[in-house]
Amino acid sequence: MNNWIVLPTVVPAMTAALLILALPHHLTHQRIVSVGATLLMLALAVGLAVLAADGTPRAYFLGNWPAPFGIVLVLDRLSAIMLLLSAALALMVAVYACAGWDKRGRHFHALLQFQLLGVNGAFLTGDLFNLFVFFEVMLIASYGLMLHGGGGPRLKAGFHYVAINLIASTLFLFGVGLIYATTGTLNMADLAVKVAAVPAGDQALLKTGAILLFAVFATKAALVPLHWWLPSAYAATSAPAAAMFMIMTKVGAYAIIRVYGLIFGAEAGPLGGIAAPLVIPAALVTLMVGAVGVLASRNLRDLVCFSVVASMGNLLVAVGLFDGPGTTAALSYLVHSTLTGAALFLLVDVIAQRRGRQLDQLEPAPVLANGTLLGALFFLGAIAMVGMPPLSGFIGKLLILDATRQAPQAPLIWAVILGASLLMMIGFARAGSMIFWNSRDPSADPGGAKAVGGLSGLALIPVLVIGLLLAATTVLSLGAGPLTRAYEATSAQLLDKAGYVRAVLPPAAGTGTGGN
Amino acid sequence: MELLVASATGVMTAVGIYLLLRARTFPVIFGLTFLSYAVNVFLFAMGRLTINQPPVVSAAATGYSDPLPQALVLTAIVISFGMTALIVVLALRGFLETGSDAVGLASSGDDDAPPPRAGGDKARLPS
Repeated sequence: MNNWIVLPTVVPAMTAALLILALPHHLTHQRIVSVGATLLMLALAVGLAVLAADGTPRAYFLGNWPAPFGIVLVLDRLSAIMLLLSAALALMVAVYACAGWDKRGRHFHALLQFQLLGVNGAFLTGDLFNLFVFFEVMLIASYGLMLHGGGGPRLKAGFHYVAINLIASTLFLFGVGLIYATTGTLNMADLAVKVAAVPAGDQALLKTGAILLFAVFATKAALVPLHWWLPSAYAATSAPAAAMFMIMTKVGAYAIIRVYGLIFGAEAGPLGGIAAPLVIPAALVTLMVGAVGVLASRNLRDLVCFSVVASMGNLLVAVGLFDGPGTTAALSYLVHSTLTGAALFLLVDVIAQRRGRQLDQLEPAPVLANGTLLGALFFLGAIAMVGMPPLSGFIGKLLILDATRQAPQAPLIWAVILGASLLMMIGFARAGSMIFWNSRDPSADPGGAKAVGGLSGLALIPVLVIGLLLAATTVLSLGAGPLTRAYEATSAQLLDKAGYVRAVLPPAAGTGTGGN
Repeated sequence: MELLVASATGVMTAVGIYLLLRARTFPVIFGLTFLSYAVNVFLFAMGRLTINQPPVVSAAATGYSDPLPQALVLTAIVISFGMTALIVVLALRGFLETGSDAVGLASSGDDDAPPPRAGGDKARLPS
């Protein structure tokens, strides 16, 4: 049964290879294969979630090498939730891209599958260097997706994105090198055992490595001051790619939960909890920067980008607690913000395509065709993103506020979270009323009138996908009770490090090679 | 040898960071290359510096060099090589499409939008 664990990496890899080698010129076939494969992936993720629901972490040993020597994939509740989320998102993005985006450049679906391979691998792996490799797979595919469709501004923004991620990858290698030098292992379970026993002379080096690694994950998670790449990259890329990238910031958050919970957790001796003092202050600043950015945005896409930055701030406040309730709240908010952010990016794309010359600029434009439906969708998305009842953002935010109640900085955290919500609400309300209500007489602008006239019918697929994503947040809200219990079980499992170590390392081993 | 390896890593990192902070794409790419050289040497040193020792089991060996960093370096070299190729193509395409190899973003994205914000001529930085 444990062999199923490797499939979330094998299925996208094989699909991508098939798409490139066998069907490079058949767009219809590509679409069928891609959507079919993501459906299969979703079924697989559901199966693995059921498998993981019994609460024991399972390990898959690649090549059947025993744990500290070979590479190991580990499936626990957290990995299963993340796999399910990435599969659901990829399915939505693949279907949305079929409505026309995949015609604007070649190999969209293959790149999407490669990205899914990297993301799934990062969620499953139990080895730090393997995490680096899957990060790279994910990033290489994301470079392709980011540039999909081409154009000057996209290329310029793409250069920034690639350069920043290459620097982050270099830092990752420096960090991994330091950790290997001081502990002699890169297996996460083995590290969790050995970090506590590092000699005092090596602790400074190990700490440097751990903090460098944290900088890398913080870059991925768009934590201030390493967030500047996100608004320009996400605003410049195509809508389906931006929606898929929603999972990539979450990979950063996942890596922080995993590495700083498991390896450098509270009981890791003198190095325990080294990331904890950094995360919450940075996350609060991230939240404020995001909220102010939402207020200052001059077009709808920047607005969504900054609201994503703000949501990462909310998420990392909860992650930074590194305790049971904090992780529960973080998971709840993570699932919600991924789906909502993706829905908003896709919705902005649909709106911008229908506004003629004004695109997504926040300025008066001729009346939007089908404005009522799009306005209703935008309203729902904004409610979910800002975190107002009754959608799932509210539940997530409530859990975060509840989890931070015991923290020493609780008044500050509450003030920032609630203040940022207010700023975001104002920003979204202003943008929504500008786009949907402040319309201009079309006769004043012949060019704009023509553009709107040409776009009367609304394509079914994009609206269906956005509707499904928003419906998912409603389901998350309606099913909040059982889901929160599942997240609680997940965070309990994360705190039980002995269980993870037992699943990966052979029972009597205890010692690795030492390496030096 | 320790001094040589350590100073080589340090100098290459410093050169890499200096070049990364330039405002044109070509030096930035060089900076990335220097940084990846530095990290490769650094990773090697993390397995401890040894001379004339086999990395795999041998009956005649008196000691071993650590094989794992060598595998890590190999992977890192492959990835950074591919990434350098990609970013060179990207910079070239950017240069051909926009007519400048400045790193800055000329405007906020949408090309035919009414002047979104000032600073559109930041693309002409001194070389």
